[in-house]
Amino acid sequence: MSDLLIELFSEEIPARMQARARDDLKSIMTNGLVEAGLTYASAGAFSTPRRLVLSIEGLSAESKPVREERKGPSASAPPAAIEGFLRSTGLTLDQLERRADKKGETLYAVVEKPGRAASVIIAEVLENTIRTFPWPKSMRWGSGNLRWVRPLHSILCLLSDDSGGEVVALNIDGIQSGNTTAGHRFLAPARFPVTGFDDYVVKLKRAHVVLDSAEREAEIWQGAQNLAFAAGMEVVEDKGLLAEVAGLVEWPVPLMGRIAETFLTLPPEVLQTSMKEHQKFFSVRNPKTGRIEGFITVANTETADHGETILKGNQKVLSARLSDAKFFWENDLRMAKAGMQEWLDGLKSVTFHNELGSQMDRIARIEGLVGHLADKVGADLVQALRAARLAKADLRSSMVGEFPELQGLMGMYYAQAAGETESVAQAIKEHYSPLGPTDDVPGAPVSIAVALSDKLDVLTGFWKIDQKPTGSKDPYALRRAALGVMRLILINSIRTSLVMHFRQGLAMHAAVDTVTPALDLLAFFHDRLKVFLKDQGIRHDVIDACLAMPGNDDLTLLVKRADALAAFLKTEDGPNLLQGFKRANTILSQAEVKDGVEYSYGADPKFAETDEERALFAALDQAEAQITPAMRREDFAGAMAAMASLRAPIDAFFTAVQVNSDNPIIRRNRLNLLHRIRAICSGVADLTKIDG
Amino acid sequence: MADAPKAPRSFQEIILRLQNYWAAQGCAVLQPYDMEVGAGTFHPATTLRSLGSKPWAAAYVQPSRRPTDGRYGENPNRLQHYYQYQVIIKPSPPDLQDLYLGSLKAIGIDASLHDIRFVEDDWESPTLGAWGLGWEIWCDGMEVSQFTYFQQVGGHDCRPVSGELTYGLERLAMYVLGVDHVMDMPFNDSQSPIPLTYGDIFRQTEEEYSRHNFDGADTAQLLRHFEDAEAECQRLLDFPPLDPKSGKTIIMAHPAYDQTIKASHLFNLLDARGVISVTERQAYIGRVRALAKKCADAFRLTPAGQDAEVAL
Repeated sequence: MSDLLIELFSEEIPARMQARARDDLKSIMTNGLVEAGLTYASAGAFSTPRRLVLSIEGLSAESKPVREERKGPSASAPPAAIEGFLRSTGLTLDQLERRADKKGETLYAVVEKPGRAASVIIAEVLENTIRTFPWPKSMRWGSGNLRWVRPLHSILCLLSDDSGGEVVALNIDGIQSGNTTAGHRFLAPARFPVTGFDDYVVKLKRAHVVLDSAEREAEIWQGAQNLAFAAGMEVVEDKGLLAEVAGLVEWPVPLMGRIAETFLTLPPEVLQTSMKEHQKFFSVRNPKTGRIEGFITVANTETADHGETILKGNQKVLSARLSDAKFFWENDLRMAKAGMQEWLDGLKSVTFHNELGSQMDRIARIEGLVGHLADKVGADLVQALRAARLAKADLRSSMVGEFPELQGLMGMYYAQAAGETESVAQAIKEHYSPLGPTDDVPGAPVSIAVALSDKLDVLTGFWKIDQKPTGSKDPYALRRAALGVMRLILINSIRTSLVMHFRQGLAMHAAVDTVTPALDLLAFFHDRLKVFLKDQGIRHDVIDACLAMPGNDDLTLLVKRADALAAFLKTEDGPNLLQGFKRANTILSQAEVKDGVEYSYGADPKFAETDEERALFAALDQAEAQITPAMRREDFAGAMAAMASLRAPIDAFFTAVQVNSDNPIIRRNRLNLLHRIRAICSGVADLTKIDG
Repeated sequence: MADAPKAPRSFQEIILRLQNYWAAQGCAVLQPYDMEVGAGTFHPATTLRSLGSKPWAAAYVQPSRRPTDGRYGENPNRLQHYYQYQVIIKPSPPDLQDLYLGSLKAIGIDASLHDIRFVEDDWESPTLGAWGLGWEIWCDGMEVSQFTYFQQVGGHDCRPVSGELTYGLERLAMYVLGVDHVMDMPFNDSQSPIPLTYGDIFRQTEEEYSRHNFDGADTAQLLRHFEDAEAECQRLLDFPPLDPKSGKTIIMAHPAYDQTIKASHLFNLLDARGVISVTERQAYIGRVRALAKKCADAFRLTPAGQDAEVAL
């Protein structure tokens, strides 16, 4: 058993690619080694900005020998056939085995492949791995043809066991493998040899390189928190930034600085975004004021002045950045206070989509939809229309031009500055929500009205021009928009007909036929709804049973029904009643087909022959008396509870009574009785769609 | 460090030191291209010379214009006219990162006191049909240069690959000289008989050009000029290669490329005037790119742009 250490040393690897590269290196190498017949105990991959490293422990010294056997032609076959076989196996006639069988003698080629040394296999697999490595983007350099993420400088490939280590020799486009590496670019640039993984890790640390990115992350986070704590502040957590910063440094040294007083008037989101996007700084909050007042930068080096020059430089860069942000902010505020008309005019020249017009065209349509929706969601129409008008204005602001991810939020600040009401400002901020399946859903009526209209406009627009999502392609994020509409409606329990709003949206897009695309869009919604409800634990057949009912474009009603049905099917009575219903339905349907008539004429208790029959009549009367008003109240749970009371009488009826009596009058009466079961149960959901 | 050079004292001293440093590394020190360009990359010494297999090494200052960045001379570090220092070496040498770090040392940035980082920045010029991979280089969190390995220019694969370095001179110099506002930066030595700041030289022009770029430029005329440059580029490339007067094969790749540069700058001006919509924008960029590609195609047929084997 031996251990393998590989280091691919290059110019700086982009931080965002390192995690994936570690996984790829490990899986491609280990798969290749195993395929070639080696075994190993464990493997781990590591990365720094300048190196990609793989350590494999317990690697077998050689691959197992392999015996391959191929059956050839008969020994008496024509010479051409035998020659062909010899050619394909690369053997001579006397090397073949002859084996007697029924037909005489058959030729066999037996090739014994001896085991191969691990080092030979490693060299092959590593070369292949390097040449085919799946970097998201790779490049050539100098005069060569080799591709790597950035120029590859050296390859360390060392196979070691108790008796020592040997370099696995390989040469890739002039890069000869060896046993040396280099330390930190500035603090310890000299190359040095290593004997194995443990020695490598220790020597690297001495050369100011922390190999493991998890260790660097921990060091950064701990260091940052200590700095903040000592100043009575707290670091704003940001896992994505932490991983990125850990991929930018080999020797992390966190440093903390203060944001100049003059910038503290900027919205905290602007400070955070600017510091993170441009400078990769962590934000530091003062818990007493709740404001972002400081930053943590992570240097990649130690200096004699303990980072003073570095911090001063970073501070200066930040000031320049925030000066820009402040310039944008103050400029924007001036525009906002002047009423934002210039921005609104500007939206006319911002194309939303070639076939769907400008952002201003979009606003006009959103306003139209808001007009239809405000009442349904309980929003003040004047406020909702105002919010719709201003919702996209910030797209013309300098700040959103610089930081597109602040759209909506800046709109809120500018609306506040312009003296708009709080509900208008809030709606501007919230109208893009919800963005993801776990994103918060707005609850304020004005916000709901604009958020719904915004998404309905996008959906009906792309349906009108037939640019629907297909397979994995959804360039306009229409699935997300549909999910947003669903969550807005469901979480806020909004009662309305989606098809009606689809048609209104399509009409605003000047569609000639609004019905066909609206129904198609509804089918799209139903598909999305199934996925959404399935994630919440509601079975697809339950959803189908409810989709088959009228009013299925009223999502709140639909889901209420589905919830009640799912709950009902979980009770003991549920599945049993379902069996009774299905039995009744099957007998009835068969009779209807056979007789060519519908048994929907009122059953009469006077033709009842048995107690069980009479009991069922009574139970149906009683259940109906409860179910009808419950359904009128849309109290599905109540209706289903009443339905559950039918379980025992139905079971008893089928045990005691033969429906297909010889007496045609009694038979007809019983079939009509079954129809009552079907009618009552089907008023709640289409139970025929339920499995089992 | 004992061998650390003395800190430079002026903007021009930083430029002079870069010139000397790259001259010592064997680069031909060229002069700025005599046209309005958006960046040093547009200089034919970079765009055209990065094509073909002939070795090349050049360094030069290039005045660059970005009309939309005009701030009337008020912003501490944004200018519509600024200087880039450009180094282009083909094929890219294996120690280019070290050579670059040497140039920082030459202008007084001591790596033992500063935090110098190579941060991913893929470079793409949609107008030149060019892209490459590399980094922006950060010094204490400030971007001081761009470092790119050219992969494609004008739609042609770069073989061999050129290494390109671009220094934003004002920003770099402000940092080295410890100046907070670009206009306060000493252009020549502040001990000179007639000391001149950057503002003495450029404040007024920044005002004039800001007004020109945002309000003054005649958009109808710019649009016409754009069309003219586009047509002229094509016309020059349509000439048959054989020049009847000299009897030589003369493809007018450079004069045609001048028209591409012109079209690109006119587009930038139109953009600053805010008369190009988002959708039109892509179309204009595509038109400039088409010109750049045609010029690259033409240059590849000229003696300077051919592959070495072919030229023999």
